[in-house]
Amino acid sequence: MGYVLSNEGINKAFEALRKEYRIFAPVLKVGEGRFKDTDVIRYDFVDSYDEVEMDKRSDFSYKDIVTPLSESMFFFTEDQIREANFDASPVIVLMRACDINAVERLDQIFLANGEHNDYYYERRREVIKFALIGCGKTCEDGFCVDMGSNKAEDYVFSLDPKDGKVYVNVKEDDLDAAFADNSESSADVVPQFVTENEVHVERPEEVPLTLFKDEMWDEYSKRCINCGRCNFVCPTCSCFTIQDLFFTDNGKVGERRRVNASCMVDGYTDVAGGLVQRRSNGERMRFKVLHKVYDFRKIFGYDMCVGCGRCDTVCPEYISFSNCINKLNARVKELEG
Amino acid sequence: MAGKNEYTPMPSRLQDIIKQAENEWTFRFTYVGPVKPGQFFQVSIPKVGEAPISVSGIGEDFVDLTIRKVGKVTDYLFENFQAGDSLFIRGPYGNGFDVEEYAKGEMIIVAGGTAVSPIRGVVQYLCKTDHPQDTHLIAGFKNPDEIMFKPDFEEWKDLIDLTVTVDGAPEGYEGNVGLVTQYIPDIPIRDIESCKAIVVGPPPMIKFSIIELVKRGFNEEHIWISDSRKMSCGIGKCGHCRVNSKYICIDGPVFKYTEHRALVD
Repeated sequence: MGYVLSNEGINKAFEALRKEYRIFAPVLKVGEGRFKDTDVIRYDFVDSYDEVEMDKRSDFSYKDIVTPLSESMFFFTEDQIREANFDASPVIVLMRACDINAVERLDQIFLANGEHNDYYYERRREVIKFALIGCGKTCEDGFCVDMGSNKAEDYVFSLDPKDGKVYVNVKEDDLDAAFADNSESSADVVPQFVTENEVHVERPEEVPLTLFKDEMWDEYSKRCINCGRCNFVCPTCSCFTIQDLFFTDNGKVGERRRVNASCMVDGYTDVAGGLVQRRSNGERMRFKVLHKVYDFRKIFGYDMCVGCGRCDTVCPEYISFSNCINKLNARVKELEG
Repeated sequence: MAGKNEYTPMPSRLQDIIKQAENEWTFRFTYVGPVKPGQFFQVSIPKVGEAPISVSGIGEDFVDLTIRKVGKVTDYLFENFQAGDSLFIRGPYGNGFDVEEYAKGEMIIVAGGTAVSPIRGVVQYLCKTDHPQDTHLIAGFKNPDEIMFKPDFEEWKDLIDLTVTVDGAPEGYEGNVGLVTQYIPDIPIRDIESCKAIVVGPPPMIKFSIIELVKRGFNEEHIWISDSRKMSCGIGKCGHCRVNSKYICIDGPVFKYTEHRALVD
């Protein structure tokens, strides 16, 4: 059902939702940006609609709610192993179409790659519902249209602010009352989707093996400082490392946790004995880029990258991912002659 | 509700520790369940960490994991555990070797050092067929002190065509001295077209052994190798072991050579 809500109405609707759900949404954090006097948009739990940043794309994605930066897996006490608890109360995550498409990629890795499901992802995923924030205009650096992830249908309700009102399309019956009871009127609401970005990409259908060792990657060995920011802001990056530690008081108590990992950062491939793959940052860039726009597709049939553009925005060396995709495409064409 | 937590390590009693070489010991872990040669387990030591180790032997109520003391987890294992102690494992993971395929005809196995571990179960299987003499094993080690699985070689030498060699040895050593590759041209094979091969060991050894096999007219489609990478999860999630569109932990660690050569780290 579609509804039109005033600002007061939508805040009341949030109040009603909060009785059952936690709401995880992009929030403008004033003064908390990377540089002095700059802001950042990060996800956080909110109580009201007014706290939500509805206008701009978040700098960091929703990802923390499904794959936290650091998550306890087990606690160890003497000879006992106890599985770590988590907050299982239901959550509604407000996100844009690109990010809803990104969840499909994470589901693919954690729930459909190999015969085993990822238990820690699955138990979090089960308590989460996704709500759509409509996109009336393109964001900086985004190229979702060319990646085909500018639209999403898998959401429980959508929010589109326009002229002081909020237009809501509710898909899940259980949530209908929260909006219906606080609405000004019913209406046919179609959420807004971006149909044109400023940035365009062309992806190669096939990538020849010679390109894996091509000189086009040398540029990134010179420019990239392997800080890994691109991985940490990416809504589809899913790698993690399992780490054990013990509390130093007596050494008898400890835990096993998983922490987000970055294929750009040192240590990603290091094994006991000293063997390391991909020492140069150019090779790491190639590994990442080809995964996002080629290798993942070879396995699952669609590309991993959703074109949100966050990695371009966050890079301290001004390396553009979309630009790299276009360079890759041009180089493949050149090699094909 | 979320399904089984595959990350939960299973308690397992160490039945025995067999010292193969100074820093390479076989740990016999209690395990009952399906497992194939070439698969691996995560040895899991709470508060220390996990290490993926390939299966070197399979018994009714145990699996052997032959481990080199080379890092945080393995150092701790060597220094703190005795037979009878209990620790944790999870697995088995990976595809493993398809032993029935290899039992159909003539078979060459070239293995270097610790890599004898994953093929030990294959050889044990082939020894039980009605034509063990069709199995040709070349096992190479750095020096006589590092020769592992000596009791196995004693058992196999009259059943299969076995060559144990070392890269170098002190004067007076009576065994074979020389790289594994120099023995490949002389392996007696009746039908090179249908013969199959497994090559496992350090990457340069694999590369040059395959060159020798191909020189003999070997069909490249008939060669298998086993690979390894850094792994955290072992079940296709953590991403560390991925190479191109393959995950070593779930698509491997055993690969057809023709498939594996298209992978670039």
